[in-house]
Amino acid sequence: MDPTLVLQGVLSGLLFGGVYSLMAVGLTLIFGVMRVVNFAHGDMMVWGMYLALLLSTRAGLDPYLAFVACAAALFALGLAVQRGLVDRIVDAPHEMQILLMLGVALVLENLALVAFGPEPARVRSALSTATVWLGPVFVDVARLVTFAVAVVLTLALYLFLFRTDVGRTVRAAADNTYGALVIGTDVRRVYAVAFGVGAACVGAAGALVSPILPFQPATGLSLSVASFNIVIIGGMGSLLGAFIGGLLVSVAESLGAVFLKPSLKELFSFSLLIVILLFRPAGLFGKRL
Amino acid sequence: MSALLRLDGLEAGYGDMTAIRGVSLEVRQGEIVALIGSNGAGKTTTLRAICGLLPLRRGTVELDGRRISGLRSAAVVAGGIAHVPEGRQLFPTMTVLENLELGARSTESRRRRGETLERVFALFPLLAERRGQLAGTLSGGEQQMTAIGRALMARPRLLMLDEPSLGLAPVTVSSIFANLAAINRDGVTILLVEQNVLRALRLSHRAYVLENGTIALEGASQRLLVDEGIKRAYFGR
Repeated sequence: MDPTLVLQGVLSGLLFGGVYSLMAVGLTLIFGVMRVVNFAHGDMMVWGMYLALLLSTRAGLDPYLAFVACAAALFALGLAVQRGLVDRIVDAPHEMQILLMLGVALVLENLALVAFGPEPARVRSALSTATVWLGPVFVDVARLVTFAVAVVLTLALYLFLFRTDVGRTVRAAADNTYGALVIGTDVRRVYAVAFGVGAACVGAAGALVSPILPFQPATGLSLSVASFNIVIIGGMGSLLGAFIGGLLVSVAESLGAVFLKPSLKELFSFSLLIVILLFRPAGLFGKRL
Repeated sequence: MSALLRLDGLEAGYGDMTAIRGVSLEVRQGEIVALIGSNGAGKTTTLRAICGLLPLRRGTVELDGRRISGLRSAAVVAGGIAHVPEGRQLFPTMTVLENLELGARSTESRRRRGETLERVFALFPLLAERRGQLAGTLSGGEQQMTAIGRALMARPRLLMLDEPSLGLAPVTVSSIFANLAAINRDGVTILLVEQNVLRALRLSHRAYVLENGTIALEGASQRLLVDEGIKRAYFGR
């Protein structure tokens, strides 16, 4: 095995991992605050991709600019889903929550199918064809920018949660919902903010990855599964865990493609999940189980 | 003295169970009122019903003559009632300072947050030392101080405490009860729920005894301290 090839695999995996991290951070935020698993997460991401496609084809907007609009649109969608649907089942048993969220996922996927058809799509960016050489390995400029923006957005989310009053309230509700209620927090509003921000993360992630990853309506499911994998590896509800987990899973998948073949990349990421759960049942940064 | 808090015929419960029935009491401006009774008498339920955490089946709650029953907890806190719940209910992975600052929720209390924080630190100097520490790593007494401090950050007119002595060493309880007296001298009216009847009666001006969900006895704490029935039921003498 050529070491350059392995290095290339690690690097491109790492760069792609930024998007995985952003997507998983959104999922873990929603779970951490509401204890609801957003099974529609991947499908929300696919809608972020299609919105980037629309903005690119209709308005000529580059996805590396359009991600802001996609995040805003998905924030609104997340808010609507929370206020209209999730709010009714926050205290319901898990199986009822799962059924509802799977329903939302199916509706989103099939709406995309109706609107855009089943063919794979890809968004063009001015950066798509540019590459730079870093010593022996080359780097897609698109991947580099995707990674940089995803990391900056994750950092912005961190600052929001740890440095602003609204963010601290979100963390408080995640830490102890009853305690938050006792001190007079409007917990429903916190839930709406958390779901909106979580969806905005995945909307931005979708737009950022749209020039790199071909997608179709059915892509949502595999993205949801990848998000769950990352969040479980990182530890449910842990932001740092989701961030690190995203990079790890992406590198594992990239190496899987190098050592075996691209269609078997998930063999690596799910093996990683099994190995980590064997030794750390609560995930890398999980606190309790 | 006018009544700051007035409960009239409160009834509340969980599922088919009725935990309190026809509870009426009042807390006057500037008082410390104790609500005592054995385990399961309905003390916690009464507090939860006052602050909108549990729906009322019957009865009304008035704060300063204004009806607050039926309001959600956020509105009750904004109206001037802060609640130190049983088990403290802090945010364990957040720092002491963050826990305290989160207590200031209304616009008014947020505007004066720095000033209130200084008062809380003056009352509990230990919290100033521990401000960067995660609340989950504090000792029981420190956690209770943080919970009281967090409630004070809301700048309440009425402070309600649920079993502040629970699980704490006697010396810690003494210091916390001394703090409560100081808070009261600062002008905060207090409604105290306690199982530690002797200490509660010594601290308070008046007291209500809750038995099986109804008020069985009420009166000046000095008088209840020497009441034969109370002595038999709670002091084992």
